[in-house]
Amino acid sequence: MTDIRTDLFDEVPEKAPRRVEVSVGAGGAGPDLAEPLGHPRDLGDDRISNYTINFGPQHPAAHGVLRLIMELDGEIVERVDPHIGLLHRGTEKLIEYKTYAQALPYFDRLDYCSPMCMEHSFVLAIEKLMGLEVPIRAQYIRTLMAELTRISNHMLNLGSHIMDVGAMTPNLWLFEVREDTLQFYERASGARMHANYFRVGGVREDLPEKMLADLGDWLDNRLQLFEDGISLVADNRIFKQRNVDIGIVSKEDAIAWGFSGPMIRASGIPWDIRKSQPYEVYDRMDFDIPVGTRGDCYDRFMVRVEEVRQSARIMRQCLKEMPKGPIGANSKVFPPRRAEMKTSMEALIHHFKLYTEGYHVPEGEVYVATESPKGEFGVYLVADGTNRPYRCKIRPTGFSHLQAMDFMMKGHMLADTTAVLSAIDVVFGEVDR
Amino acid sequence: MTALHVPRTASDAGVIEAAKAALGDAIVDVKSHVGEITLTVKREETANVLKILRDTAGLEYQQLMEIAGVDYPDRAERFEVVYHLLSLTRNRRIRVKVSTDEATPVPSVVALWPVAGWLEREVYDMYGVTFAGNPDLRRILTDYGFEGYPQRKDFPLTGHVELRYSEAEKRVVYEPVQLPQDFRSFDFLMPWEGPEYRLPGDEKAVAEEPGATSPAPAPNSPPGVNVKAEVNTPKTTETPAQTGAGAPADKAATKEARKPRAAKARSEASKKPKARKP
Repeated sequence: MTDIRTDLFDEVPEKAPRRVEVSVGAGGAGPDLAEPLGHPRDLGDDRISNYTINFGPQHPAAHGVLRLIMELDGEIVERVDPHIGLLHRGTEKLIEYKTYAQALPYFDRLDYCSPMCMEHSFVLAIEKLMGLEVPIRAQYIRTLMAELTRISNHMLNLGSHIMDVGAMTPNLWLFEVREDTLQFYERASGARMHANYFRVGGVREDLPEKMLADLGDWLDNRLQLFEDGISLVADNRIFKQRNVDIGIVSKEDAIAWGFSGPMIRASGIPWDIRKSQPYEVYDRMDFDIPVGTRGDCYDRFMVRVEEVRQSARIMRQCLKEMPKGPIGANSKVFPPRRAEMKTSMEALIHHFKLYTEGYHVPEGEVYVATESPKGEFGVYLVADGTNRPYRCKIRPTGFSHLQAMDFMMKGHMLADTTAVLSAIDVVFGEVDR
Repeated sequence: MTALHVPRTASDAGVIEAAKAALGDAIVDVKSHVGEITLTVKREETANVLKILRDTAGLEYQQLMEIAGVDYPDRAERFEVVYHLLSLTRNRRIRVKVSTDEATPVPSVVALWPVAGWLEREVYDMYGVTFAGNPDLRRILTDYGFEGYPQRKDFPLTGHVELRYSEAEKRVVYEPVQLPQDFRSFDFLMPWEGPEYRLPGDEKAVAEEPGATSPAPAPNSPPGVNVKAEVNTPKTTETPAQTGAGAPADKAATKEARKPRAAKARSEASKKPKARKP
C-alpha cells in the first residue's frame, strides 16, 4: 500500500517551497516532524505559507468516515481533496447475488438516517418495470412514512449542523423529536432504523389505528420542541456569522455540479421531484417548496427547516385522507397473509415460492429517482428476466454534493469546513455504498 | 399495464424525432421502454452528443445525474457506460449509452459538467473503463492500493484479499482471502425456467441417428469431458479436510467439545475418586 499523501499534489504552488504536514484527528502521523510545528528555523510567512492537513477519517464533524486532505494557506483553504470509500461495502455487487426481496434490506443501510426513502426508489423501480399497480392505502402509507423519514433525517442533520457551528442545546431537543420518529418506525415495522418496511406491491404490514392517532397527536404537540430549538438559532448572531455567505453556490454551479434536493433549492431553483414528477399520492397533497435566495449554508439550513414544516403538513393530509383497504397488490409478488396460509394450500405454495425462488422481473432497464431528504436518490436497475437484478446502480445524493466541496471551500477559513459539510448533509453509508 | 404511482415526468412526445434530427449519424439505436428513452450512440461522439442534448433548444437536458457502468462479458465490447440526463426546464429524463472494452477509452465529459469527474472515476474504479480527458482519473471507492475491478462480472464476490489487525506486527496486514466454507450461490430457479446445466448422463440424450436401436452419441456431439471426470470421482467426505471446514480456531476448546458425551461422563467419573482421596 503506497502512502498517497506524499504524491498527492504533484504540482506544488510556487510560493510554497516547502510543505509541512500536520495530522489532525487519527488520520496518520505527519512523516516529517523534524522541526517542531509552527516554529520553523527561518521565520517568515512566505516560507511556511502552505500546509497540507488531514481532516478525518475519524473526526466528529466529518459525519462519518470522511477523509479530507486540505491545502491551507494560513487558515484559508486553497484546495480540498475528499477521500471517500472508507465505508464501501460493495452493496451494488452484493445485490447482483441476491433475489429482489433479499436486496431490499441493503437499501436501509445506504442512508441509514432515512432508511425508508432509500427503499422507496428501489421498490418503485421494480414496480415500474413490472407495471405493477399498488393499492391506494399503501400509497398513502408510503407517502406518510416517507415524510416521517424526512422529518427524522432533518432532525439529525439540523441538530448536528447547529452543533458543528458551536451551539449545544437545540441538538439535544431535536434528538428528542428524532427519538419519537424512531419509535413510530418501530411501531410500523418492528425496527427502529433498518425498517425493511416497503415491499414491492405495497408495504409489510398495515399501520394500527392507534399509531395513526398517536401520529396526529405527535404532529400537533411535539413539533413545538423543534420550533423552540430552531428559534434559538435562526436569528442568532453567532449562528448567522458562521453560516451566512459561507459556501455560496450559484444557480449555474448547482446545475453543473449535479445538485439536487435542498442543495439545489437553496441556490434558488424551485426543483422538487415530489412536485415536478409526482409519485405515489404527492399530486393530491398541498404543500410548498421552500427556495433559498443566496445559496449559502444558512439558506440550506433554512430550506430544511421549512421542509420539516411542509412534511408535517403532508403527514396531516395523509392521516386525514387515508382510505381503508388492502395494503398489498393482488399479485404474485406480494406475499399472502399468514392467516390465509393456514387455510389455503395455494397461499402456502405461493409463499414458499416467493421466499425461495422469489419473483421474476421482466427484462429491461429503468431509472427511478425519488426525492429523498438529501436530494435525488436514484436506482438504475437492469433486469435480465430472472429472479435477481443483473445490475443495480445506486445514484447517491451526497456523492455529487461532496464533489463540489472543493469549489465551495475555496477561499474560506478552515473552521467553515464543518458548516459547509453539515449543510451538504452527507451520510457515508450512501456516498460510499 | 403500466404503474401509475411511479415518478411521472412530462410527456416525451417528439423527443426521439428531435434527438434524431439533432444528432444524425451519431445515433446507433433508439429504444423506448416503460416510458424511458434510451439512445445508444457511437463512442467517439459521446461528448458531442451530450453537448448537443444539453444545448439544443427543445431538448435542454441541463443536468448530468448519473454515469453507470454495466458489464456484459459475452459481448465483444463488454462494457456499457450509461449516462442519465435530466431536464429541469422540460421536466424529462433521457438515457444515453455507449459501449467500450477494456482498452478503449471513452471521451470524458468533465468539460461539459464538472460533476462527471467523480462519476467517471467511479466507473473507472469499478470496471476499469478509462475516460480520455479526465484530468484526475484516480480510484475513488476502493482501498488505497486496491487491485482489480470489483464490479466486473468475473470478479469474485468474496474478493481476493482480506485484512486484519496483526497483534504481532502491530499494524493492519493484508492476506489472501481464506474461506472456511466454499462460497455458495444458489439460483433457486425452476429447472425448466432457469439456465441450462449439463448433468451427468445428459450426454446420452443428445441427438440420435434416426432409427438407432440404443442411445448412442451422435457423430458430432461434444465429448463432455467434465461430466465424465465428475462421474469417476464420487462426491464423498472421508476426512475432515474434505468438508471444507478450516482449521479449528482453538484446539483445546474444540477437543473438549468434540468428546462424545459418554466419554465425558467417564472422565468425570474417573476424576471424582481422585478428588476424594485427600
